[in-house]
Amino acid sequence: MKWVEVIVSFILTLSFLSFPSCGFQSDELLVDDEEFGLEGAPQHRSPEPIPTRSPPVTSPTRKRHSDLDSDSKIQFSLDHAFGDSDFSPAGTFSARLKTWSHGGQTLTKLRFSRNNFSDVEKEKFKNLLESDDFYRIRLPSNVLSPPGRDFIISSVKARCLPRESLDEHFVIHMEGVNVLAVNYGSPGSCPYPRNLKLPAKWSFSSHTVLKNSEQAPRAPVFTEEILGGENAEGEVVQPAERSFWAKYWMYLIPLGLIVMNAVTQAMNMPEEQATGQVPAQGQPSAGAVQRGPSSAVRRR
Amino acid sequence: MAIRSFLILFILFFFSSLNPILSLYEDQVGLVDWHQQYLGKVKQAVFHTHKTGRKRVVVSTEENVVASLDLRQGEIFWRHVLGSNDVIDGIDIALGKCHYPFIRRKYFESMESSRWADGVGIFSSGSKALKIITNLKIEKDNIVIIFSNGRLNAVSCIDGEVLWEKDFEGESLKVQQVIQPPGSNLIYVVGFVSSSLFEMYQINALNGELLKHESAAFSGGFLGEVSPVFSETVVALDSTGLILLTISFQNGKISFHQTPISNLVKDSFGPAKIITSSVTGIFAIKMNAVTIVIRVKDESKLEVVEKTNHETSISDALSISEGQQAFALVQHASHEIHLRVKLAHNWDDNLLKESVKMDQHRGLVHKVYINNYIRTDKSYGFRALIVMEDHSLLLLQQGEIVWSREDGLASIIDVTTSELPVERDGVSVAKVEHNLFEWLKGHMLKLKGTLMLASPQDVAAIQSMRLKNSEKSKMTRDHNGFRKLLIVLTRAGKLFALHTGDGHIVWSYLLQSLQKSKVCQHPIGLNLYKWQVPHHHAMDENPSVLVIGKCGPSSDAPGALSFVDTYTGKELSSLSLVHSVAQVIPLPYTDSTEQCLHLLIDADKHAHLYPKTPEAISTFEREFSNIYWYSVEDDNGIIKGHALRGKCTGEVADEVCFDTRELWSIVFPSESEKIIAIVTRKLNEVVHTQAKVIADQEVMYKYISRNLLFVATVALKGSVEIGSVTPEESWLVAYLIDTVTGRILHRVTHHGSQGPVHAVFSENWVVYHYFNLKAHRYEMSVIEIYDQSRADNKDVWKLVLGKHNLTSPISLYSRPDVITKSQSYFFTHSVKAIAVTSTTKGITSKQLLIGTIGDQVLALDKRFLDPRRTVNPTQAEKEEGIIPLTDSLPIIPQSYVTHALRVEGLRGIITVPAKLESTTLVFAHGVDLFFTQLAPSRTYDSLTDDFNYALLLITIVALLAAIFVTWTLSERKELQENWR
Repeated sequence: MKWVEVIVSFILTLSFLSFPSCGFQSDELLVDDEEFGLEGAPQHRSPEPIPTRSPPVTSPTRKRHSDLDSDSKIQFSLDHAFGDSDFSPAGTFSARLKTWSHGGQTLTKLRFSRNNFSDVEKEKFKNLLESDDFYRIRLPSNVLSPPGRDFIISSVKARCLPRESLDEHFVIHMEGVNVLAVNYGSPGSCPYPRNLKLPAKWSFSSHTVLKNSEQAPRAPVFTEEILGGENAEGEVVQPAERSFWAKYWMYLIPLGLIVMNAVTQAMNMPEEQATGQVPAQGQPSAGAVQRGPSSAVRRR
Repeated sequence: MAIRSFLILFILFFFSSLNPILSLYEDQVGLVDWHQQYLGKVKQAVFHTHKTGRKRVVVSTEENVVASLDLRQGEIFWRHVLGSNDVIDGIDIALGKCHYPFIRRKYFESMESSRWADGVGIFSSGSKALKIITNLKIEKDNIVIIFSNGRLNAVSCIDGEVLWEKDFEGESLKVQQVIQPPGSNLIYVVGFVSSSLFEMYQINALNGELLKHESAAFSGGFLGEVSPVFSETVVALDSTGLILLTISFQNGKISFHQTPISNLVKDSFGPAKIITSSVTGIFAIKMNAVTIVIRVKDESKLEVVEKTNHETSISDALSISEGQQAFALVQHASHEIHLRVKLAHNWDDNLLKESVKMDQHRGLVHKVYINNYIRTDKSYGFRALIVMEDHSLLLLQQGEIVWSREDGLASIIDVTTSELPVERDGVSVAKVEHNLFEWLKGHMLKLKGTLMLASPQDVAAIQSMRLKNSEKSKMTRDHNGFRKLLIVLTRAGKLFALHTGDGHIVWSYLLQSLQKSKVCQHPIGLNLYKWQVPHHHAMDENPSVLVIGKCGPSSDAPGALSFVDTYTGKELSSLSLVHSVAQVIPLPYTDSTEQCLHLLIDADKHAHLYPKTPEAISTFEREFSNIYWYSVEDDNGIIKGHALRGKCTGEVADEVCFDTRELWSIVFPSESEKIIAIVTRKLNEVVHTQAKVIADQEVMYKYISRNLLFVATVALKGSVEIGSVTPEESWLVAYLIDTVTGRILHRVTHHGSQGPVHAVFSENWVVYHYFNLKAHRYEMSVIEIYDQSRADNKDVWKLVLGKHNLTSPISLYSRPDVITKSQSYFFTHSVKAIAVTSTTKGITSKQLLIGTIGDQVLALDKRFLDPRRTVNPTQAEKEEGIIPLTDSLPIIPQSYVTHALRVEGLRGIITVPAKLESTTLVFAHGVDLFFTQLAPSRTYDSLTDDFNYALLLITIVALLAAIFVTWTLSERKELQENWR
């Protein structure tokens, strides 16, 4: 079994190498999001892909790759509906199906060709814009045997799409050859309240992203000693860092208040006394010291 | 002098108020928490009164509880809660050397037995067991004969050894009865093969030898069960349900005798059903609402002895003396139940006839068990244990209810809360101590306790005073919002209002809409919602709840609504719906009478608005385009989003019916993913801060959306029990889905993990619990989701000048710009339920409440499940409260909220905010109920209940006195100085 896999993968690699036009692409990482514009736009590996503009309808894509292995190339269609109308074809996705040595299949090099709106469709879309209704799209849930179990539907308020042209953004969530969900909407924001705005150009600029599942981070595994050592260290050092004030401020403040209170009382007492008196004990503070001699003189 | 006394008092006061509470102290148990033990609906009861002095009854219940109850008070003597896989099929008590109640349950494939120290012998066997015969003797050993799993077993009482066994499995026999004629060593096994062949086996009970095997065919076929009438005669119904068959197999010869029911009763009421009872010569049939008791005279002659429209229950036979059998008959008249005890062979005389007044809110009598005792005048007395429709258990003796247990509370379906009435004249029910002297005395005692001067008697007095504090069970609203009504709906269709103070039942109401009726044979209670919550009219209007039920388990069964006043417990109105109820959406809108708008979605995806008032419709139509919801097809693996389209078309023009449309769908690949958990945020959750300031003065904005859905799927192979798949075959995928647009905001795969998944969603985070097959441990993961689109609003100047987008409305149709942070930790326990504390304003830090496998509730700080924990947090991070990273979550024994108690069969944990921000009310339910108050960050906003006002008062008085004394002293001193 293993041998067969090895042989298959070997043959696959060989066959890819024999086509220099695409041979370098066979080492693509599976986990990354893959994004393709229509005209072989550069690949973005960043997690937040910068969308690439695609010019409106093009059709000759099929011919360019006709020399590839025919069964590794697949197409599936995008349907759309205006409000509650029935779905009608709106474009075609084409992609290369890649079979991995472990048996999994994934799509790469997704391309999208969008049909332009016909006049009837334009009219329908205008109606949608006026009534602030939904523009709906759908994809098959299995790209190998469309439509699979069911269609994947997504919708957006039609007023979110128009800018200069009609801007749309697809994020297709894949699991092998199955389409799980498609996030469809405008590439930017769609502020509420939505205002009626007709597009300047009745053409689509589409951005598509394929997304596969991410791996979850593993739970951290510690050995006992690392954990114990760091904890012990951290806790021994920490108390030393705290200053005397930080530790005892709650005692110091009342103490200070009491001392101040005592001092002022001690200060006030001699002043109030008209005739000579024995001043209160313990008056080492500056104010009391000054008066000290005078009262002593008076007493004599 | 003054300074010193001031200082001492100050320090004294300071320390008395700084009494840190890390966990509960022994004397605080029962102050704010209560715990109630229940059993569930009794399936079978066996009286355990053979030994003198032992007055007990052993019961088995539908909640898989075996318990022994004291017959005098109805208290639980002992109790065992078995797991949900250990269904108890029957219990019996064996005499002689086996002084144990025997319990059969489904468990292992093979027969095994064990004996518990407290007197229960358990025989575990495969599928449904039928019968236990317990009074056989071989030499000195008693044997117990058990039929189960298509196999007849004889088990020794001494050591549980299987003496012999006889297998019926191979013979496609559907065994109906196992009969043992009294006084003989024979056992008859009777049953049907392929619905028209009757078979009889005669077996020697002592060695399992097959003595005879006969079979006979009956062309009419058989329906349902058979009822044994004599030791060698049974009664059955033919397949039409109109003809009674008396089947006798005396001396191994099977003979059928047919009696059409129309011969017995003139007016037939359709197909009949046999009520099986073990009384010799008597059986009962039921046709619609009519019960007919029939006596069998010499083999085949049938005679109707009673025909009644009242609901009737018949007990099993109880042999009272040689050859005499007694049985009880309970009939239900409107306000009373009539209990009659008769001898089996003498229908005309009653041994006992009693009428007992019965609360209507207990419904009908479902089951009755009788037991005899010898009265003081040496005659036979009888006591009857009855199980009512609301699952309560009552003991009747001498025409009185000796005790009753509300065991319906063991199976709670849904819980909601209601405020109590506002305090005003004539509302207060409980008496409050207003006596000043009493108050002072109490505080003096407390003072003594604080200053450690109290004698043991005083301590006991203080403790009882605290526990009996009448404040907490008062029937009015309190300032802190601790006193509330917990409204619970039980499986029996009964509503209870429990007081949060001490858990007593304020009122209970058996919902008529959830009772068996002609139109609705199997009503099921579904949910409870708050229907009317008066704020503006709190003084003159009562809040009410909405109870939603449906008829039967199918998805298109028609629904039923009931509206119940929560102060009085009276049903305000009820509605039988024409449509089904698939989903209920409480809308955040109310009408002018403060009734909450609810949207009911039926199986055909039509939306129905309640209340059906024009005002509600106009309110609803204003928000028409902003209402979205989702539906989940569990078995199909599809989640769909919907919105409203317009008024219903086609059918009957209904003002409150709306058409819907499908907006989005997510289809999980059926071959690799299966939905096992779906969690949303609580609708009424309050989030205090939108932003989180992290260590380096950075701000992160929480992505707070009410429309987030957490979905967990597992690989098809991984959806079985833990341990049956390898880590490579199993994975778990967690999704965060926006339910308005159907966007997947986050998707992450845990390889080598499997369910069951328990999750809780709050604010911008979700915590979920699953099993990691690679690490052979349970794990808990946290995902926090932050909004990046508002992340630019960090500049203070921007905020000052108003150049920020924080106040602009957020549309979910904008492309979301979110980042997630996640982290996984090992956790020791497996989990039954997870909840999170909730407070009024959402300021107090959160705690996770984890229902552990040991049926306890553990409080775990959310800080432990922070995805930003690192091995070496910086000083700034430490100040923020980030705990150094560890691989597993700590379980601190003091943080069990349930302290020493167990909430057996824990199913759900509900948290309700109190009015006091620091405090949250926690209610855990299962077979038991538990309630407590929690303060996750301690009670920072109020003085504790046991705060000593007397000490404060005395401190003030002492200070005043000290001031006065020192003032006079200084005056005098001054005078002396002046005189000098």
